[in-house]
Amino acid sequence: MTVSRRNGLLLGAAGLLLGACDKLSMNPGVQRGLSAAEGLTRRVQRLVIDRNALAQEFTPAEISPDFRANGSIGPSDPDYRALVKGGFTDWRLAVDGLVERPLSLSLDELRAQPARTQITRHDCVEGWSSIGKWTGAKLGPLLDRAGLKPEARYLVFHCADTLDPNATDGANKYYESIDLVDAYHPQTILAYAMNDRALPVKHGAPCRVRIERQLGYKHAKYLMRIEAVADYAGFGRGKGGFWEDRGYEWYAGI
Amino acid sequence: MSDPTPAQVLVYRHAVVTRVTHWINLLALIVLLLSGLQIFNAHPALYWGDVSRFAEPWAAMQAKDVDGARVGVTKVGSLAFETTGLFGLSGKPQAMEARGFPAWATLPTYRDLGAGRRWHFFFAWLFVLNGLVYLTGNLVNGHLKRDLLPDRDQLKPRHLWHEIADHARLRFPKGEEARRYNALQKLTYLAVIFLLLPAMVLTGLSMSPGMNAALPWLPELFGGRQSARTLHFISAGLIVAFVAVHVLMVLVSGPINSLKSMITGRFAIRNEGASS
Repeated sequence: MTVSRRNGLLLGAAGLLLGACDKLSMNPGVQRGLSAAEGLTRRVQRLVIDRNALAQEFTPAEISPDFRANGSIGPSDPDYRALVKGGFTDWRLAVDGLVERPLSLSLDELRAQPARTQITRHDCVEGWSSIGKWTGAKLGPLLDRAGLKPEARYLVFHCADTLDPNATDGANKYYESIDLVDAYHPQTILAYAMNDRALPVKHGAPCRVRIERQLGYKHAKYLMRIEAVADYAGFGRGKGGFWEDRGYEWYAGI
Repeated sequence: MSDPTPAQVLVYRHAVVTRVTHWINLLALIVLLLSGLQIFNAHPALYWGDVSRFAEPWAAMQAKDVDGARVGVTKVGSLAFETTGLFGLSGKPQAMEARGFPAWATLPTYRDLGAGRRWHFFFAWLFVLNGLVYLTGNLVNGHLKRDLLPDRDQLKPRHLWHEIADHARLRFPKGEEARRYNALQKLTYLAVIFLLLPAMVLTGLSMSPGMNAALPWLPELFGGRQSARTLHFISAGLIVAFVAVHVLMVLVSGPINSLKSMITGRFAIRNEGASS
């Protein structure tokens, strides 16, 4: 009896403790405090990782036959469906915002840009990894063509897919943002081919960005527009990306 | 308890740096473990090598339908166990939920990878900085060399064998011999401080795509990123095992004295002749 009573008390105490942890997890002040670690991680990683250090590249034999597709895998947005139906001949990628010469590129024009092919490992925030071969236009030369204005500090990637149709505040579409360190990284490409074939719909056709030194959610799929901005606070819920608005870190280097 | 018998002497065992870092470390490890299990639950499967071969994980916790009933299944290598209520499927009987570890083992209890990651990385920094304070302080004050390196006589096979037999019978040294850690204790502490905890940090950093660009040899050291993730998980299990044995040893060797010494620094030694 006393043993079961003591066990009951222990269980009760454990339950209270878990409840307290959940309360802390939902407290905005606590979360802001914990988020301080993100800034520290970003600063330290930027300090110890050379600006141009390349993500590891692999051999063709190491390519994953079962590369997983996550997030949107078949957007039902009518505009996107129309693009798929037309074989993406009507697709245009806008490069605008704080640039001297806004661009609007067709898929063929994008394919004619200086390109890079790389076999890299894609690390999902969930914990899994797959290796794939990506070919795409290097983002740096494209930005130089458009001419970034001096006040441009970030790029916002606008995507075609609605990932949270239930969001009532309008923040239902996927978007992402990076700073200029990652924008000009040699492996940052606008990938239109995966494993030597046109990028499949589930992986973001016709074009997704590769930010090889960060986690998968930064690699926005279904790209429509790249906007150079001074600050990303005015987009979505202000945290710099669809998942960032829902609690993930903006800097996803770990 | 307040009047020490002549048969008992108090020795100053734990420097303040050891005591403070010990308790911060405990807090950090608890948060890291629970938030780590939250992160694990986002993809409750483990692999060896660089990548995930989704159809054949080395270990996995899944919810499956067996003869119309939902069951939790835990797979390790070629073995599979039904673990409903604990791993793979758990929660209130009428609202069982497919999840790797159960709600009571994760921080927060509900599924929230983002929150789990915030807890994890904040306390990972605390854990690393605290560990550096411990190492620096105890290198400077000589504790590591003086108290944790086994003495020559302790490493003789006869002595070690004797200690193993004593441990198995839960007999602990008294008198002069209790002034120093025994050899098993020293070797275990050294292994935890210089192998297990650093392995935890290094396997953790191996999962960082940013760090991979700076140190591509790091994940390779562990056999690839997914191997590093698996070893991170196994190392966490080894830390839990160490803590379990550590607490058990504290309990059987005199919990009040041990706890008190890790708070005040002073450890009571009973002399050989004293009645126990």
